[in-house]
Amino acid sequence: MNLPILIKRSAMIQKRALDGVRYLTEQRMLFIGLCVLLSLALIGPIGSLFIDVTLHRPLSGAFSAPPSSTLPLGTDTQGRNIFAVIVAGVPLTLKVAFLAGSLGLTIGAVLGFVAGYVGGVVDTVIRTASDVLITIPTILILVVVAVSIKGLMSTDAMAITIALMAWMGPARVIRAQVLTLREKAYVDVSKASGMNDFEVMWKELLPNMLPFLAASFVNAVIIAVLSAVGLQALGLGPTDAPTMGMTIHWALEHGAVLAGMWWWWMPPLTVIMILFIGLYLVATGLDEIANPRIGHSS
Amino acid sequence: MTLDYVIRRVGIFLLVIWVAASINFFIPKLAPGQDPIVGALLEATQDGGVAGDAMVEIANEYKARYGLDKPLWQQYVIYLGAMAQLDFGVSFVSFSSVNEIILTRLPWTLGLLGTSTLIGFIAGSILGAFIGWPYSPRFLQGFIVPSFLFSAVPPYLMGLILVYLLAVTFSVLPYGGGYEPGVIQGWNFEFFISVLTHAALPAMALVVTDLGVRALVMRGTILSLFGEDYIKHAENRGLKGWRIFALYGMRNALLPQLTWLALSLGFVAGGAIVVEAVFAYPGLGSALLQAIHGFDYPVVFGIVFLIILSIAVMTLILDLVYPLIDPRIKYGKKS
Repeated sequence: MNLPILIKRSAMIQKRALDGVRYLTEQRMLFIGLCVLLSLALIGPIGSLFIDVTLHRPLSGAFSAPPSSTLPLGTDTQGRNIFAVIVAGVPLTLKVAFLAGSLGLTIGAVLGFVAGYVGGVVDTVIRTASDVLITIPTILILVVVAVSIKGLMSTDAMAITIALMAWMGPARVIRAQVLTLREKAYVDVSKASGMNDFEVMWKELLPNMLPFLAASFVNAVIIAVLSAVGLQALGLGPTDAPTMGMTIHWALEHGAVLAGMWWWWMPPLTVIMILFIGLYLVATGLDEIANPRIGHSS
Repeated sequence: MTLDYVIRRVGIFLLVIWVAASINFFIPKLAPGQDPIVGALLEATQDGGVAGDAMVEIANEYKARYGLDKPLWQQYVIYLGAMAQLDFGVSFVSFSSVNEIILTRLPWTLGLLGTSTLIGFIAGSILGAFIGWPYSPRFLQGFIVPSFLFSAVPPYLMGLILVYLLAVTFSVLPYGGGYEPGVIQGWNFEFFISVLTHAALPAMALVVTDLGVRALVMRGTILSLFGEDYIKHAENRGLKGWRIFALYGMRNALLPQLTWLALSLGFVAGGAIVVEAVFAYPGLGSALLQAIHGFDYPVVFGIVFLIILSIAVMTLILDLVYPLIDPRIKYGKKS
């Protein structure tokens, strides 16, 4: 390869990258949302440079100490360092959310594709199953599971259970998309040119549905955080893990709100609120890309 | 509305009930070790103590009723039969029937959840319509930001913030419980006020979130309506702005709002459970929390089943009524 072509190509890549950045900044909501989520994801790795994360365990410092220069967020009544709790806990909370979200999306995408593309009895079964499960609150299923195994819910078990209850939204959206897309001429063309069903799904339909897939992924993540944090706030999460929901549970259990120990419950609450706001921004931004009709308010 | 649609919808309703009952039956059996209910009973029996005799009695009655010596499928049939009669058994902790516990708690939950959903729905729909309407004052359109923030925060976290602000910092409203402990329960003014003020904080937490969600959905519907030809036609006929807004916009946008209500009931109920637990409100949510901590399985499963049942009934009613009041919807026909 000679030099001029290389330069031309790198210029092209540069232009594409710039276009990508410009596109992102035009989609303000999506861009801000992604920045918010990214900064949350960085709390774990960057925070652990400043503090020993093992201090999140009970009895690792003073008791009920308010924030000071040595203890940025104070300690709780059991001597957990709240700053360490946040640094150790945010990655855990994010892990449950994204694990459950991606599992839920995968199940939903596969079932939605199959339902829309195959049709017939398969479609009826999948559609009915999703209609049935969508009425049942995820948190109740989590409660039954957690109580059945005597409250020994690990973060992974929680993520899997949530995923099994989070596939219906993605499945519905994707089924509807497949139904409209498969009537398009290019699907007939690809079939006529000898692609099998799987290839048509994978190479022709999937790329067209990326915005919808992304939007339903975010929605699945939102459901996951909502039910995971709710379950933990009820005290049914992993008791040894410093997740945000568990921290709120301990704070509630020990009356931190009434005792005025705001440094105990406010940080995890803030993190969860920022997480939700970030997710909603991304979801709304993606929605505007997927359904351009919704967005134009001005 | 065709007969096919009604049959399908009722069929889904029955399936939801069946799944809810089966979850309560099978998930405890999937857990490692023996059936947790039998385990808990045996543990309690071995402990002896005051409740020993009562426990043995309950264990025997429980085994006889659910035929635990019989094969699994027979147990399942017996269990489904009991569920069909709404027979959830007896609490391990208080030894009163689960139905009794549920009945004393239910009015609290229905009152709190019903009122706050209604307020959230009405206020949210009106607010959302104003945000979405292109001709409404600018400051009203600016409400999209708070609606967005409110819809993003789960109600129980909103509740914590409200408690801190209104009960701890400014002590305007009471926190915890359903009424003042000293007040005599009954139809007297003092009790009424006590109930109202105690419900204010949890209700506000639920309303604020609900309001945000409804407003955002309504805004979307109104926005899409204003591209429609019939709105343009009404404008060209010279109709007054508010008339177009209320009769041409709002009226048409309210019905899709009902579908959203039906779809989101599960989330609302799920959030309300945690809200009640956070506020120690004497409804089903805190009864569930108590039962969870005491491993009181019959109460946990009874409440879980009842909540799913009521959501299923509500969505069934909404789905069946909806096509009757909205002539634009024709189910069962391919469009």
